[in-house]
Formats: sequence, structure tokens, C-alpha cells
Amino acid sequence: MKILVVEDDRETAAYLAKGLNESGYTVDCAKDGREGLFLASSGDYNAMILDRMLPSIDGLTVLGALRAADIGTPALILSALGSVDDRVKGLRAGGDDYLVKPFAFSELLARLEALLRRGAGPATETRLRVADLELDLLTRTVKRHGKSIEVLPREFRLLEYLMRNAGHVVTRTMLLEHVWDYHFDPQTNVIDVHVSRLRQKIDKSFAHPLLHTVRGAGYCLRAPE
Amino acid sequence: MAVEKLQPSPARPWSAPQLLASARRLVLTHAFRLAALYFLVFAASVLGVLLFVYWTSANFVERQTEATLDAEITGLAEQYSQRGLSGLIQIVAARSAGDRGDAMVYLVTDPDGKPLVGNIAAWPAGVPTRSGWLSFGLERNVGGHLETHPARGRLFTLPGGYRLLVARDISDAAAFRGQVRSTLLWAGLIALCIGLVGGTVMSRNMLRRVEQVNRTSERVMTGNLSDRVPVHGTSDEFDQLAANLNRMLDQIERLMTAMREVTDDVAHDLKTPLSRLRGRLERALADPNVGSSQSEAIRAAIDEADRLLATFNALLSIAELESGARTDQTEPLDLSDVARSAAELYEPVAEERGFVLAVVAEPEVKIRGDRHLLSQVLANLLDNALKYAGNGKIAIRVFRRDGQALLEVADRGPGIPEADREAVLDRFVRLEPSRTTPGNGLGLSLVRAIVRRHNGSLLLEDNGPGLRVRLEFTALAI
Repeated sequence: MKILVVEDDRETAAYLAKGLNESGYTVDCAKDGREGLFLASSGDYNAMILDRMLPSIDGLTVLGALRAADIGTPALILSALGSVDDRVKGLRAGGDDYLVKPFAFSELLARLEALLRRGAGPATETRLRVADLELDLLTRTVKRHGKSIEVLPREFRLLEYLMRNAGHVVTRTMLLEHVWDYHFDPQTNVIDVHVSRLRQKIDKSFAHPLLHTVRGAGYCLRAPE
Repeated sequence: MAVEKLQPSPARPWSAPQLLASARRLVLTHAFRLAALYFLVFAASVLGVLLFVYWTSANFVERQTEATLDAEITGLAEQYSQRGLSGLIQIVAARSAGDRGDAMVYLVTDPDGKPLVGNIAAWPAGVPTRSGWLSFGLERNVGGHLETHPARGRLFTLPGGYRLLVARDISDAAAFRGQVRSTLLWAGLIALCIGLVGGTVMSRNMLRRVEQVNRTSERVMTGNLSDRVPVHGTSDEFDQLAANLNRMLDQIERLMTAMREVTDDVAHDLKTPLSRLRGRLERALADPNVGSSQSEAIRAAIDEADRLLATFNALLSIAELESGARTDQTEPLDLSDVARSAAELYEPVAEERGFVLAVVAEPEVKIRGDRHLLSQVLANLLDNALKYAGNGKIAIRVFRRDGQALLEVADRGPGIPEADREAVLDRFVRLEPSRTTPGNGLGLSLVRAIVRRHNGSLLLEDNGPGLRVRLEFTALAI
């Protein structure tokens, strides 16, 4: 998997490259918009991480030029600007996700992996399955080990998102964005309580828990080893 | 937001309610009232002048008639005093015979009223027999048929009961007076029409220029900073006002742009080092050689960095919202939806902390707004209620009243003393002296900034006990 990092701050770029290398990715770095555009034009990358404020050519311009040239490499925009408005602009310019600086590396990694999975294939299946947990998107029912589990509509969407990202860490912010469409972090731990209620329903009376808390990062739904 | 309501409305057919509405709008304007006053004063002076002209000309004719009669009477009186009744009869006969343009009327009768001499055949009907001035209708034969002409004259009762009537046919004078009257009436009407048209034109002219200023300032207030008041090049007071306003707007725009640049620069220049700081801490945490006590310290440092950042982000958001530099993503939305979705997100955590979260929302309480910002408002209010109210019921109400959309979040906590209600809206103000509860004191400031951005108002009220936060927005028609 090849990742392109376009970031003018050398330390941040080095930090990203190191972290991504450790997670098993090959990383190329570009230090300004021009170089970034040049490298990305090859279309060789599985995903790119793009800073918004760049010398020479601005990040959104780079992205616009790439999308105009029909290069659809999934792009995660990094920005110091955090308002909803800036986020919308970034996504409109062709970004696939948007992360505000400073960020936790775990957050970035979780989002990047979600982007890569999204690029892997369209989610056309109507039934999701993790170990003995089954979720039917047509009948909107959840079963574990053949036993029906009652969930609320929002819990269903939460579970769906976790199952689509099974085996990977999803952060609280990702859940807020994708399940609730909230693009800011409330001061109260609202997500934790929703997750623990869901955990009560799907894990409580079963020997092997599926939904795990990842300290300092978020949650992960995965099949027992 | 709300920019489209300011755009010039397209050509439309004039329906009765629209006409009524625009008439109402016209009446409410200062220009109209000024024009109406101008018209009233103008009308009153025209009326005064015309009445004066009428009165003097009518009087003049009357006095002329009386002067003529007086001259006649003086002549006759001389004859009578010198030559007695027979002399009077003689001179009256002579004067009646003469061609005096038919205007003069003479008649001498005996005490029974039987005519002795004169140029009318009989005592005119309905004329009293007292001495003095009198007006009466005179029957005259004009071209073969009888006509009643107005006449003015004087009656003398002579010694022995004889009566002398000297009068003058004043139909010419009456006709003249009528002519004057109708001329003045027409002149008055024309003058009033001119006054009305003049007043309207003046009012419309003034109204238009004032409205241009109004529209421009409204557009500027809704974020279109580069708009300017049109200058007509007439160098009048309106042009001076427009030029002054435009200079002011230039200044504001310069300041706003500078503010935006500073905000962006600060965001970039402070967040990049913060990113590095956080990155270094994360890397340190990942180092397997770090002991558990050190890693706790590092985690705490990361948390502190995140809090710093949250404060910083909130400040930037407030600055952006208040500077109006943001272009809003507004759309028609149902406030009830926003409230219900926030309540849905917060319901589990509220229940876990011993609260009852209740939503009472009327359907279709629509406003024009930014869904994300309004969700943030609700989240902040609910965060506050959960933080300060302890436990009890948190009630969210959404309803319409008098064209306003209202959103209330009420708790049963300690509330905010009346004296502090204004202060808590300011940045960094927290009522707890010890500041033990986590938070940055920016929540309500951000709420206020967002509400203001939606042209709404924010009110903190006593919920007896507890705090009720009431937000009011302009509702969209269903």
C-alpha cells in the first residue's frame, strides 16, 4: 500500500511517515503543492494525506487539479482550520475525509484505513457478518448465534458502521461524524454510553466479547482470535 | 443567510393584499409622513389664499352695487326734499324711462302698495315693507319669458305711508361671483393635485434613497461585505451620507479581512507547533522503554494539549462567527428535528447520570439555518445542563409563537442568579470561583455567537428552580 503525504511542516511529515511506515505502509512525502501535484499525477498511490495550507499551490487547488484530471486517489485533508464551513469546502473540492490539526495519530490511521477500505470495493452486500454476529440490512434485524437481538434504529446504524469497519479501530469522532452526522466533539462522553448500551445487547450473554475499547483511540469490533 | 429575501423581488402581478401591504409599508415610512405633512401645509395655504381672493372679489362687487344704489338714493332724496312727492314721482318716472341697461329698478307705491310710478309693474312678491336694505328675487321679462333675477335694493317709507324702492338687478354680479367661485375651485383642485403628486414624488424619491442605504446595510450585515451604497453624483445630503457610509464599510471590510487573515495565520502558526507537540508526546508514549508512571504523565500532557486545543478552537469559532467572515451553509430546516436528534444522542448519558431528558416539539418549526451549528448549540446547552444541574428533569421545548420559532432547554439545577445572567455569556466567564468542573467558559459564548449569526436572540430565564435558556429565531412560513 502506497501513501502520499503532502505536508510542508517537516516534523509533522516525518512523524506521519514514521508512524505509517510502522503500520506497514510505504510512504512518499512532498513538501509543497507543486511537488505533491507532480507525484500524485502518477496515480500510483492508494491514498493521499494532503495539508490544506501549502506553499506554492494550496492543498484544495492540488486536489481540484487531480480530480479534474480524473485521478480519484482517496484523499484525507489535514487542516489547521476547523470550522464546519472549511470542512465542507474541503469535501466539496474532492476530499474524502477531513481531519483538523492537531490530531491523534490513531485518529488519522483509523480514518486512513477506513478510506482505503472504502476504495477497495463498493459495499453492496445486504448482510454483514462478524463471527456469529449477523446484521441484515434489508430486514433491519440483528442476530447473534442465531438468536435475535432487539436494537434501536440508531444502535443499528452504530453497529452497521462498526461491522463495516470490523477488525479496525474507529474513533469517537468517526462515530459522531458517520452515525450522527455531528462534526464537533461534545464535552460529554455521549458516544461511550451509546457504545456500552450496544455492548450490553450484543456481548452480555455471550462468552466471547466482540466489541472492544481501544485505550486512547476508540473502539474496535472484531471476531475472537 | 436570509440573503434571498433582500434580493430585488421579481416583477409580480399586483394583488390586493400585496397592494395593501405595500401601502402599509409606505404609510410607515418617515418620507411618507413628511410628504403628507408637506401636502397638508400646502393644501391649507392654497385654500387660505383662494378663500381670501374669493371673499375680497365678492365683497368688492357688493360694495360697488351698494355705492351705485347710494348715489341713486342721494339724488332721489335731494329731489324729494326740494320738490316733495310729486317731484320724486317725476324724477322716478324720468329715470324709469331712461335706458339704464335694465339694471336699475325703481318703484313708488301708495300706502296700500299700489304702484304709482316705476319700471316694474307690481310690488315684488315676498318683499317686506320695512325701511332698509333688502335682497329679493325680481321677476323680469327677458326675451318673452319670465326670469327671477337676484336683486339688491333699499326701501324707504315716506311720510304718508308712500314707499320708494330703489334696487339693482345683481344677476351680473352673481354670475361674476359664480365664475370666480368655479375658477378658484378649479385652481384649488389643480393645486392640490400638484401638491399630492409633488409630495408623492418627493416621498418616493427620498424613500428610494433611504431604502438603498437600508438594503445595502442589511446585505452587509448578512456577510456581503463588499456591497456599497450607490452614489448618485448629485452631491446632496444623501450622496454625502452614502459616501460616508461607504467609507465606513471600506474600513469595516479592511478590518474584517485583516481579522480573517490574523485568525487563519494564528490557526496555522499555533496549530502546527501544537501538532508537533502532540505528535512527540504520542511517539514518546509508543516507546516501549517508557515506564508506567511516565506514560501516565505523558497521557495527562496529551489530555492537557487537547483541552488547550478545544479552547483554542472554540475561540477561533467564536471569532469567526462574530466577525461574519464565515460563509454560512444555511438551508431551511426543522428545529424540532435538530432538537430530537440532539436529545437522541444525549438521552443515554443523561439517563446514566440520573436525568430525565424530555423533548416536547411541535412538528414543522422551520427556520433557515446551519444544521451543524444549531446541533452544536443544543449540544453545548445539554453539556451545560448535565454538568451543572446535578440531576432531575431536562426539558427541551420547540414551538412557534407569533411568527417566531422558539427553542428552550430548561433544567432543575441551581440556575444562574439574575445579576450574573449577562456576564455568563461573555468569554471565559464561569460562575464557580474554584473552577473545579472541567470546561473553558466558552460554551455559552459560542451559543450566543451562533444564535446571533442566525439573527436570533438568546435569553436566560429562571425556571424556578433551574435555568431556562430560550432561543428565538424568525420562523419560516410552513
